[in-house]
Amino acid sequence: MNTLLDVQNLSKAYGSVQACDRISFSLYPGQILGIIGESGSGKTTLLSAIAHQTPSDSGQIIYRNSANQILHINQISESERRQLMRSEWGFVRQHARDGLRMKVTAGANIGERLLDIGQRHYGRIRAESSEWLEQVEIPGHRIDDLPGTFSGGMQQRLQLARVLVTRPRLVLMDEPTGGLDVSVQAKLLDLMRQIVRSLNLSVILVTHDIGVVRLLAHRLIVMRHGKVVEQGLTDQVLDDPHHPYTQSLISATLVP
Amino acid sequence: MPRSTATLPAGSILHAHKLYKGFTLHNQGGIHFPVLQGASLAVHPGDCWALTGASGSGKSTFMRSLYANYRTDQGEIWVQHQGEWKNLTTCEPHEILEIRIYTLGYVSQFLRVIPRVSALDVAAEPLIDSGVEVTVAQAKVRSLFELLNLPSRLWSLSPTTFSGGEKQRVNIARAFAVNYPILLLDEPTSSLDAANREVVVQLIQEKKEQGCALIGIFHDEEVKSRVCNRAMAFSLNEEATISG
Repeated sequence: MNTLLDVQNLSKAYGSVQACDRISFSLYPGQILGIIGESGSGKTTLLSAIAHQTPSDSGQIIYRNSANQILHINQISESERRQLMRSEWGFVRQHARDGLRMKVTAGANIGERLLDIGQRHYGRIRAESSEWLEQVEIPGHRIDDLPGTFSGGMQQRLQLARVLVTRPRLVLMDEPTGGLDVSVQAKLLDLMRQIVRSLNLSVILVTHDIGVVRLLAHRLIVMRHGKVVEQGLTDQVLDDPHHPYTQSLISATLVP
Repeated sequence: MPRSTATLPAGSILHAHKLYKGFTLHNQGGIHFPVLQGASLAVHPGDCWALTGASGSGKSTFMRSLYANYRTDQGEIWVQHQGEWKNLTTCEPHEILEIRIYTLGYVSQFLRVIPRVSALDVAAEPLIDSGVEVTVAQAKVRSLFELLNLPSRLWSLSPTTFSGGEKQRVNIARAFAVNYPILLLDEPTSSLDAANREVVVQLIQEKKEQGCALIGIFHDEEVKSRVCNRAMAFSLNEEATISG
């Protein structure tokens, strides 16, 4: 099996703070890779460096696109990167407001991504938007409402629909369940699990919630102070943690 | 040491070779427990092995190591996977995931699920992952649920609110639905009543007849003596001994 993404020795410093220190991992198609660690461990910086939104200081990010070409994310042009972000990659933000356009309707939020990849037929775009609303369990009659009128959980599901409508191959998620009520989280987790399976998506999921990675992630990376301290299959890392930091992280969790 | 697969026991399907595994509790003064000290086992199709011994003797650690749930410190775990020998201790994560889909099943004592997903979907998931069509997989699971006397009104509900015995039957259906060549059983009857214990005994017998190799921890002496034809005894601070 070919890897979809290879991250090699990725480093990023903010002044004297090493936010990411020589991070390496490979991601395979259909896999969900969880990245856990406390606030300030560098996990969000890592995600943003992979998407080149925060350019890294050194290291490689190698992506195999749908045409089976090898792309070096930090060497391709800005427009190629933008194109990739609109089509094969998706980014789900912790705060739905950062990932949505709050001044346009729910339907337009989804349709906009389709316009980005060149769809022009209004009727089809609207039909696909309403299909995705249904998919993420937002009532169809809300299609012309602004996202600001939605609950937090609905906004997050709308963001998911906006990202997934272009059928990306790689989705980066930053704390997608953060700030949601537990009951709302379950709904989002179930949707994410179903959609990942049916679209054979690969996901990098940054979270501090061990329960979320236990249920969703195939593999796990534990970060601390910008370094990977431990990695393995999710059940290996959570049931048989080796590193002192991972052990304290898991023993501090109420329901691991 | 069988560094080459040519020296693996003929006709076997799983071979654990001199496994060592200890635990270091860094947050409790760095105390180190050596648990497995050179445990070896060769398993053949149709065998049902009982891992026996007192609490803390290492049987559970051994079984979890065979599933690559625990990472061993030393030793090799060779598994016949789709006609090839694979050493779990050196496999890449995605290889282990694949081996778990097609070759190595596990009946856990825990059922961790996303609330909202029905018992039927939870139990059909591994079979669907192995490439079986959804409707076929669900039909297989329904027949197992029926066999295990799981009331049909529960099938569409999330197992999060089920009793221990109901959860255990979902776990059993989940693993027994798939034709794994190797099946690991962690106290599969601990929460079951006599009637359902009997069903599980029958299911295990059927698996053996089909050539499945089973390795389990059974606290129920009667179940153990009826289904197991081999035993591996663990004792505190000693190497495991093999009998039968």
